[in-house]
Amino acid sequence: MRRDRRAFLKIAGLSLMSFGMRPLSDALASNYRPEVVRAPEALVAKRWAMVVNPKKCTDRCQDCISACHQVHNVPDFGNPKDEVKWIWNEPFRDAFPGQEYRYIEKGLRERPVIVLCNHCENPPCVRVCPTKATFRREEDGIVMMDYHRCIGCRFCVAGCPYGARSMNFRDPRPFVKTINPDFPTRTKGVVEKCNFCEERLARGILPACVMACKAGALVFGDLENPESPVRDLLRKHFAIRRKAELGTGPQVYYIV
Amino acid sequence: MLEKGLSGDRKYWGWVGFLFLLIGVGLFFYLRQLNYGLGITGMSRNVTWALYIAQFTFLVGVAASAVMLVLPYYLHDYKSFGKITILGEFLAVASVFMCLTFIIVDLGQPARAFNVLIYPTLSSILFWDMIVLNGYLFLNIVIGWTVLAAEEKSMPPPGWVKSLIYLSIPWAISIHTVTAFIYAGLPGRSFWLTAIMAPRFLASAFASGPALLILLCFILRKFSRFDAGREPIQALAKIVTYALIASIFFVVMEIFTVFYSQVPEHVQHFKYLFVGLHGHHALVPWMWASIILAAVAMVLLINPRTRRNETLLGVGCAAVFASLWVEKGLGLVVTGFIPSPLEKITEYFPTGPEVAITLGVWAMGLLILTVLFKVALGVKEEME
Repeated sequence: MRRDRRAFLKIAGLSLMSFGMRPLSDALASNYRPEVVRAPEALVAKRWAMVVNPKKCTDRCQDCISACHQVHNVPDFGNPKDEVKWIWNEPFRDAFPGQEYRYIEKGLRERPVIVLCNHCENPPCVRVCPTKATFRREEDGIVMMDYHRCIGCRFCVAGCPYGARSMNFRDPRPFVKTINPDFPTRTKGVVEKCNFCEERLARGILPACVMACKAGALVFGDLENPESPVRDLLRKHFAIRRKAELGTGPQVYYIV
Repeated sequence: MLEKGLSGDRKYWGWVGFLFLLIGVGLFFYLRQLNYGLGITGMSRNVTWALYIAQFTFLVGVAASAVMLVLPYYLHDYKSFGKITILGEFLAVASVFMCLTFIIVDLGQPARAFNVLIYPTLSSILFWDMIVLNGYLFLNIVIGWTVLAAEEKSMPPPGWVKSLIYLSIPWAISIHTVTAFIYAGLPGRSFWLTAIMAPRFLASAFASGPALLILLCFILRKFSRFDAGREPIQALAKIVTYALIASIFFVVMEIFTVFYSQVPEHVQHFKYLFVGLHGHHALVPWMWASIILAAVAMVLLINPRTRRNETLLGVGCAAVFASLWVEKGLGLVVTGFIPSPLEKITEYFPTGPEVAITLGVWAMGLLILTVLFKVALGVKEEME
């Protein structure tokens, strides 16, 4: 065998490269698949959905909003430019553009309507995300986010027809009043939104907004289960969805 | 060959130094943006894409326009473009570089940019845009450099480069089509939800890119010994003219559909753009300036006598470039967010740091362009 510098460098280079083979073969050929073990007390459904009855909302009540934002460490920047919000009030005319008419009862036009992520059956945000940082969990239809994968391109914000997504334009941590250690805080530069309280469902607790609402204006349940409270309400009342004509399949229903 | 970019007179170094200064200022503010977050810009919860993404969109057009030289020269053997085709390819390189930089600058978490490769997502247009833009950058660097290196050795370019050249023609169309798809496929943004977006993008690209190239040829004639010659410039001028007419025609199509159908969701964006909406009209003066510039350019370019006058042609090309920069580099992106899906009007004004970063990226592109042009002209001078 030739023993010159050239041959030595070749072998040394190949040897160095082999260090990279193990992780590569692990990544490509490993049988290991992480398994998700569900806690016995977890709430499960085939299709989580929410029914909102805005008539039950009382003026200036913020209970559901503050409960959600507290549980999820949603920052309060105190200005509309940087604002991050998961659930909030919109006047009826803005939540349902095109549904108002000149002689609509004035109270209804301005009536606050609770809006949040619609956890669409066919979510445009998931379709446009270049990293799958936002995804739809097949087993129960919740549209979720991986804050550690999000690159902050905001394509999902442009894609969402409901304005449900917020970008962290600044470091949010100094603007969270009391940090809830049970839920992660976010970094600057990532997008966030309502997650239907998947972290609470996993522990058998209903969403924070639903539990905080004393008036019973927010009802949560499994749409695929005919016995569920949401199906019961949809049987008894006519309900509309926001911009259903776009084909997104929103899963938050509004009783009118 | 690159060493040819390292020798120049005082004017050359002065210009390079000036660009480095702009890059330095941009870098300073970019570090501040990294530290503070994108909140340092004028973007807001309701207007989440603005100046950076708009520059990216505009520059994709400038990059794609290289095909307007490559196609006549290589496919139709239009010889008089032989001298300037390399300039078009290098302009594409500099433009795509700026595009990619503007995307990186716009990311909230730039350190995670490679997640796009680690988790490739075929349903995302941004993934495909990454593929076509990087591919186009690669094609133009390889083609331009190889052809120039062959020219330096007085040899015909190697055969394999021909196939890359043919590939680069549809590829140029693809970069602007895919970029249009970023906008034209979003269900809730009625301003962008139009099938004519990609044709419109291409038409405006084939006007603004060659217009810039004509201006660059005039600048080179003034500051170097390189003369593109009268014929190729006049041929380019005709391309600019037809493309500008097509571009304006497409915008008129859009305006007809929107205002005749009178669907409020579609009308309100155009109202915001041209007359203002509920007392908000930050973009109105810009858009009217764009219209006037386009009208001036139309008159100067369609009329053969003014088109043949190189001074007036220069004015016309500058008007085309400025008009289309306003249309795409300012109006198109921001207006998609105004009003928001929840009917809120949040106006957008860029901040100082944002403008400085934008200028810094432009300066980076111009620096690359300057060096590449210097190399290309150096080779061509040696040949004579």
